[in-house]
Amino acid sequence: MPSVTMTVNGKQVSGDVEGRTLLSTFIRENLDLTGTHIGCDTSQCGACVVHVDGRSIKSCTLLAVQAEGADVVTIEGLADGEELHPMQEAFRDCHGLQCGFCTPGMVMSAVDLLNVNPDPSDHEIREWLEGNICRCTGYHNIVKAVKQAAQTMRGQAAAAE
Amino acid sequence: MSETGIGASVKRKEDKRFLTGQGNYLHDIERPNQSYAYILRSPMAHAKINGIDTAAAAAAPGVLAVFTGADTAELGGIPCGWGVNNKDGSPMAEPKHPMLAEGKVRHVGDQVAVVIAETYEQAKDAAELIDVDYEELPAVVDMVKAISGDGPLVHDEAADNLCYDWELGDEAEVNQAFDGAAHVVSIDVTNNRLVPNAMEPRAAIGEYDKATGEYTLYTTSQNPHVIRLLMGAFVLGLPEHKLRVVAPDVGGGFGSKIYHYAEEAIVTWAAPKVGRPIKWVAERTESFMSDAHGRDHITHADLALDAEGKFLGLKVYTKANMGAYLSTFSTCVPTYLHSTLLAGVYTTPKIYSEVKAIFTNTVPVDAYRGAGRPEATYLLERLVSKAAWELGIDQVEIRRKNFIPKDAFPYQTPVALQYDSGDYDATLDKALELADYAGFPARKAEAAQRGKLRGIGFSTYVEACGIAPSAVVGSLGARAGLFESANVRVHPTGSVSIFTGSHSHGQGHETTFAQLVSETLGIPLDNIDIVHGDTNKVAFGMGTYGSRSLAVGGEAIMKALGKVTDKAKKIAAHIMEASEADIEFKDGKFTVAGTDKEMAFGEIALAAYVPHNFPHDQLEPGLEEQAFYDPMNFTYPGGCHICEVEVDPDTGVVEVVGMTAVDDVGRVINPMIVEGQIHGGLAQGIGQALLEACVYDEDGQLVTGSYMDYCMPRADDLPDFKAATTETLCAHNSLGVKGCGEVGAIGSPPSVINAVLDALRDRGVSDIAMPATPQAVWKALKAAETPMAAE
Repeated sequence: MPSVTMTVNGKQVSGDVEGRTLLSTFIRENLDLTGTHIGCDTSQCGACVVHVDGRSIKSCTLLAVQAEGADVVTIEGLADGEELHPMQEAFRDCHGLQCGFCTPGMVMSAVDLLNVNPDPSDHEIREWLEGNICRCTGYHNIVKAVKQAAQTMRGQAAAAE
Repeated sequence: MSETGIGASVKRKEDKRFLTGQGNYLHDIERPNQSYAYILRSPMAHAKINGIDTAAAAAAPGVLAVFTGADTAELGGIPCGWGVNNKDGSPMAEPKHPMLAEGKVRHVGDQVAVVIAETYEQAKDAAELIDVDYEELPAVVDMVKAISGDGPLVHDEAADNLCYDWELGDEAEVNQAFDGAAHVVSIDVTNNRLVPNAMEPRAAIGEYDKATGEYTLYTTSQNPHVIRLLMGAFVLGLPEHKLRVVAPDVGGGFGSKIYHYAEEAIVTWAAPKVGRPIKWVAERTESFMSDAHGRDHITHADLALDAEGKFLGLKVYTKANMGAYLSTFSTCVPTYLHSTLLAGVYTTPKIYSEVKAIFTNTVPVDAYRGAGRPEATYLLERLVSKAAWELGIDQVEIRRKNFIPKDAFPYQTPVALQYDSGDYDATLDKALELADYAGFPARKAEAAQRGKLRGIGFSTYVEACGIAPSAVVGSLGARAGLFESANVRVHPTGSVSIFTGSHSHGQGHETTFAQLVSETLGIPLDNIDIVHGDTNKVAFGMGTYGSRSLAVGGEAIMKALGKVTDKAKKIAAHIMEASEADIEFKDGKFTVAGTDKEMAFGEIALAAYVPHNFPHDQLEPGLEEQAFYDPMNFTYPGGCHICEVEVDPDTGVVEVVGMTAVDDVGRVINPMIVEGQIHGGLAQGIGQALLEACVYDEDGQLVTGSYMDYCMPRADDLPDFKAATTETLCAHNSLGVKGCGEVGAIGSPPSVINAVLDALRDRGVSDIAMPATPQAVWKALKAAETPMAAE
């Protein structure tokens, strides 16, 4: 079995995997980071979105071996200790989650949106999140949460300057 | 109002773990030494099994065991929980639903064999080596063909594929109402088959402890006690005290996780045989072909009206698809959850409903968010709008003219239910205002300038939830009671654990229920824990579905809390040396009337467990109470949904540009959560109306078997919602609550289709089926343009 080494949530990890092992499987089973969820088998649902080298990606679309040397962040690595990331905080404030299953992928995807577009319109948020399916919320409060997080993060960025 | 009590939009207690990846879903659970199951499923809709050769699979790497129907044939079938009788009083056809196919497969996805191996991949690889000798049989998918007399038989014991032929009301009497009618408006509607698609796929782990003889089933369930009873008593014959069922964090249900499924029985039964825990997790493709589907009705309905547009009578003839087997509550959905709702919000005096339930070679059909009530609401609201258009009456006026007036409650409908409260004009008025109905003509004209067809559609509805009074459902064929349990355990330092038979899989019970406790006992939310989902912790309870958690489960908690405060008052009276009648309890403090004596709730709690001077013949130590609550009636949320759409006539694309929902759900405990529930229901309703359809080809192949083919509503398919509530209190429970989980999905689909038809009316389109996809809309427009070309 090939072995693979990468950085996950700031720590270097390695493991032996079958060639066919997906990054999502490696994260869940080898690393026991079960916040990354598997909701489908056709790369549609987006529950498994993580960040690879700073960009959001459905972790079921990569083989674990393809992530050799990559810098991976999962939902478990987003908060700063006990302090939630502004996106996590906004999802809670705006009731942007119900059953919580799509939530990790949704949050990771939304964080990347703000990385590339710090002030998205409702339309841009809805288009960006098209690859993340939520069955509970109807998306209304998710859109609200992303807007709130965007505002918070723009404020933080301005304060830092 | 306190910041954490009734009426406060408290942020959810459960969110932090979900937002940080710490949720504990079934797929996340690893049991020591666990093995993995893969279920081999039928690729055919209907076939005889002449033989199964499992030798090669059994010898494959890592394989621990392979089982087929031959191994499980002696066990019970997956039971149906509700018996429905035919018109002549004879019982419905109820063929066995085997946990692994016995001699025949009846739908694509039917379980044929299970392979258990060291890893999931090994089990799946080995399953490919199983040689099943299928003899393909003609399949039947279409309900009309199935009961035509010459369709293939799904079950030999169900003649003409008929499960039952049932009726409610007196057809001859209703015909008389039609005789004097000035108008009769008729409609044929199809309620499209849907796949519930909770985002967490179903999963199960079966485990057996040799030392104690105890079985444990971890499962994705909305009602673990129901699963324990059905599986333990009817399928596997396991005593309940040796069977524990755990449903941890569950990632959505929408009805699909109510039912007892074969995979639960398979892993539990097989666990002692392989001597290891066995884990099974559905792949999404399996979910499509094995989770119970929803809806799938074909209905013809006739409405009789007088010259002024008052409804005189209604006749409804429905064919309901049961699929290949009877799922747990399948049989009550088209009957007692559908026909009893046909009065809607109207004073229609005479109603007749006939339902034929039909077996086909498709996945079993059961309750999906709303269950029967969306089907009733859809046909009724389509029919009312059609009547308004045909008679030239305004959409709002025809509804108002026929509303049950607010002073008529309690109102006995002709279809068994007695509505306890409501104010349909109030919800309509508020919705008209929020949707700016007055401004619609201007918006339509503006849209026309952009080449868009704009339409507005209404749905005024009521539903029956808070399921359900046991005596009523028992008399109608339910094989279970529908009460709920609650236990309030006050700990010595004053913190409280609540054990509830309800199960949260997204509804936020950990917050809403805690608000009830905070309000009643005057303690902070951080001192309250809600425990659910484990039959070894919680008293026998019936679980969560039918918008029952607050109206039934919450009432059980209130009842147990009442017992706790009664007992606490006795303790307070003893310690403060006062008469019990003089003890008052408010804001977490016990006081003696007319004195300055007071004790905090926490002090009483401690005293209860340090009873040094209790008069033991009069006062027991401890502070813990149990209650079971059985409701007196269903609850009746209702409201008005107004949808506004723009149709692009060149492409057929329908854009929902406005979705207003005003719902009367009774007293609101947490407005934020209630609004979220309504949003979710609206999304599923719009999904049904415009996007979603489960499609089989005529051979019974499932065409929409993945997210590539089945159109789930995405963020960019949906609008912002305008959701608001009005309030009439439920008259028969202490909280005055009605339920909010299903209203969005029940009320909205006809409002969307009525809006589409309103937009297309001027172009000569008078009917369109759900889902109104661009293709369907474009075809309808073309057919109306050139009637000859459509033929």
